Amino acid sequence: MLSELFFTFAKIGLFTFGGGYAMIAQMKETVVEQKKWLSDEELMEIITVAESTPGPIAINLATFVGYKRKGVAGSVMATLGVVVPSVVILFLISLFLDAFMENKYVGYAFSGIKCAVAFLILRAGVEMLRKLEKRAVPRITFVTTFCLMILFELFSVSFSSVWLILMGGIFGVLFYGVFTSKQEVEK
Amino acid sequence: MIYLTLFLEFFKIGLFCFGGAFGMIPLIEETVRNHGWLTESGFYDLIGVCESTPGPIAVNMATYIGATQGGLWGSLVATLGVVLPSFFIILLIASVMKNLTQSKYFKGFMRGVKPVVVGLILSTGSLLLIKAIGYAGLREFRVDVVSVIIFVLLAGIYFGMLYIKKKKMSSVKLILLAAGLGVGVSLVFEGIVM
Repeated sequence: MLSELFFTFAKIGLFTFGGGYAMIAQMKETVVEQKKWLSDEELMEIITVAESTPGPIAINLATFVGYKRKGVAGSVMATLGVVVPSVVILFLISLFLDAFMENKYVGYAFSGIKCAVAFLILRAGVEMLRKLEKRAVPRITFVTTFCLMILFELFSVSFSSVWLILMGGIFGVLFYGVFTSKQEVEK
Repeated sequence: MIYLTLFLEFFKIGLFCFGGAFGMIPLIEETVRNHGWLTESGFYDLIGVCESTPGPIAVNMATYIGATQGGLWGSLVATLGVVLPSFFIILLIASVMKNLTQSKYFKGFMRGVKPVVVGLILSTGSLLLIKAIGYAGLREFRVDVVSVIIFVLLAGIYFGMLYIKKKKMSSVKLILLAAGLGVGVSLVFEGIVM
């Protein structure tokens, strides 16, 4: 059972491209439909938790499913399963990438990939922006963060974005958790 | 001690990345810049490689950066660092704090963090784009024509496909397409200049 958890998640890790969200579809197919380890509702619940906690979504999912199946040992095996193929592949690539980059055509290809990287990040940002609550407070927070980060960069101010994340979180606890909770209960 | 630094930096990244791999990119960018672990163009290469290889992008980035800084052990400690916060938090929620995500304070925290993360991702994306097309500093801007052409073609093809097929192109296909455009446009440009 434990080795089955390991190999199932290793397969999921090995065959999903594009990170955590691509993994969700693969998980549904393997974990829910083939193995019947979880029901659809349970998977949905796990996805909600994985999305609303820090850390890579793939790791959150693997840990949670592993724990549901076989406790702490299960969560270790499932997480290892999803991590090991990546570590092996990327370690091998790191050995050869520098030599590979010396090639003129590879250099050209990466000058194109540079544009794709900026495009992908912008696309992810725009998609998240569209899903953001359409209310004043989150919008103001968004605009403030965006402008601050651009200004920090332009004037070479070094300020860790971890502080911005923490400030946003503390503000959220105070604003939504303490001050407005009364009104929301009344609604 | 490079192993301890790698572990702690990636532990911090794992703890503070919200919203999946893209939420992690601003933090990684900051870290590799502060430590001088990668050059600006090395950072683009890293993301390009990690997006187009299988597996969780966060793990891919940790392994790669760890390997370039500290070999095999470096890649292992960096990966362990990025995985552990998630692992413990989920274990805690799955075992004893089943209602943590239902708590109004937890929900408030997440609601407060979300717009900050979107701001971080979009500012990082915008900065990477202007750097890709030639920005190097307030008084240093030399437009990189090849990159501008590639970006315009890439966006054109992407939105064209989106319009015709009504389906988003996957990130792997987008990266492969961009690699092709990179070789094509660079070769044409080389021909024109010579």
